[in-house]
Amino acid sequence: MKKYVSFFQLRFAMGIQYRTAALAGIVTQFAWGGMLIMIFRAFYQTDAASFPMSLSATASYIWLQQAFLAFFSVWMMDNEIFDSIVNGNIAYELCRPVNIYNMWFAKSMATRSASAILRCFPVLAVAAFIPHPYGIDAPASPLHFFLFVLSLIMGLAVTVAFTLLIYVLAFFTISPQGLRMVFISCVEFFSGAVIPLPFFPDKIRSFMELLPFASMQNVALRVYSASMSAEEMKQAILLQVFWLAAIAAAGKLLCRFAEKRIVVQGG
Amino acid sequence: MKTIKLYMHYVSINVRCMMQYKTSFLLTTIGQFLISFNVFLGILFMFERFSNVEGFTYSEVLLCYAVILLEFSLAEMIARGFDTFSGMVKNGEFDRILVRPQNEIIQVLGTKFELTRIGRTLQAVVMFVYGILKSDVVWTASKICTVLFMLIGGTAVFMALFFIYAALCFFTLDGLEFMNVFTDGAREFGKYPIGIYGKKMLLFTTFIIPYALVQYYPLLYILDKRTAMVYMFLPLAACWFFIPAVLLWRFGVRCYQSSGS
Repeated sequence: MKKYVSFFQLRFAMGIQYRTAALAGIVTQFAWGGMLIMIFRAFYQTDAASFPMSLSATASYIWLQQAFLAFFSVWMMDNEIFDSIVNGNIAYELCRPVNIYNMWFAKSMATRSASAILRCFPVLAVAAFIPHPYGIDAPASPLHFFLFVLSLIMGLAVTVAFTLLIYVLAFFTISPQGLRMVFISCVEFFSGAVIPLPFFPDKIRSFMELLPFASMQNVALRVYSASMSAEEMKQAILLQVFWLAAIAAAGKLLCRFAEKRIVVQGG
Repeated sequence: MKTIKLYMHYVSINVRCMMQYKTSFLLTTIGQFLISFNVFLGILFMFERFSNVEGFTYSEVLLCYAVILLEFSLAEMIARGFDTFSGMVKNGEFDRILVRPQNEIIQVLGTKFELTRIGRTLQAVVMFVYGILKSDVVWTASKICTVLFMLIGGTAVFMALFFIYAALCFFTLDGLEFMNVFTDGAREFGKYPIGIYGKKMLLFTTFIIPYALVQYYPLLYILDKRTAMVYMFLPLAACWFFIPAVLLWRFGVRCYQSSGS
């Protein structure tokens, strides 16, 4: 366990160095969030009755989504890992007395946390000063805030476990690009990154909410502004625990299987 | 004439080069298709819930998005060399270009011709046809011309933006990601007619970065919401945006000191 904690710390320290990149990212995310809110405002002005959640809850959802983008955007994957699998450098990692699945898990968690921590506070701070329906509101209650933090971390873990599944699958195909793109588009769509899940028609939505993708950003961002009932929240968080366990178990099994049959071709 | 011939030669080299890796080409193309398909699905499901947005219906929004996507992918296909220009400055590749007795802009453009963007282009064309079939626009010669002008003007605006991005690389290589707001952002948010974003945004996109000239105003003309002929020619007017881009580039080249590697 100790070595994985140090992996986390090392990566975190590395990630926190990229401050200019973070600044540019903040500007981008801020513009992005603003534009998204303007779209939703236009729909709200046209037909407020069809809106599935309040406008201010939607605005909070969007600002949180932008602030914690690094937690949940699956397209930010570690190219180093893909490269090492393709060019064979992975052999060095396999010689070490570490479990590569756990190591990758620790490293990915660290990269995403570092990147999010650099970006989230400025975005949230500015969003807090934007007037009411368009800015970010205070959390609905201390309990909601606590559940928000809990489901945020769970969502991060589910996302990381999912990306790890893609890394492991790269062992079985030489060019992981295609796989990666299909997975990325699925996750973006089903997790509520394109439009929040409440905006989908009810029938499709109730199915989508059971998928592992809904356990990524969807839960935390909706818990924050209390746009889920107590019962729904309980179910959603339990589902997060379930998917984390299921995906991580599948990833570990697959990883062990891959390690057994892996052939590194000289060089 | 000679420069065009040279450019076509560059293009053919690029395409032949890419065709050496057919699987990779195919997969990237499919990936491009999938990513913009997500945006389309987003629009589709929004309109399942809402019948219109500020008076624009589903098929009208689709037309709007299709045109913007087509413009963007054409511009990206051609001007991808500018988009990856920071790498050329960093590794000193640009020095090699400067010593050749040819226009440097053509050479930079020639470094990359992204045929994989055909995936997005294809998507845009399909959506455009679908939008035409679903909407009840009566097509006249002047409206077809308007669409053509939109494509020309829009591709020019996006190319000019890539150009500015490349010119900025002469001054700094850090933190230029914010330019994505104007390129990727415009593609992403140009899917809805700019008018829905409010007055201020409309003013900004009319006079500062002329997106509205290639998107909103001509769209109004096509949808018969405006009838004045001037709306038809506004997209061509947007080409003025090339002037500051070229000036900035010239200035940048003059200030350029090699990175030394």
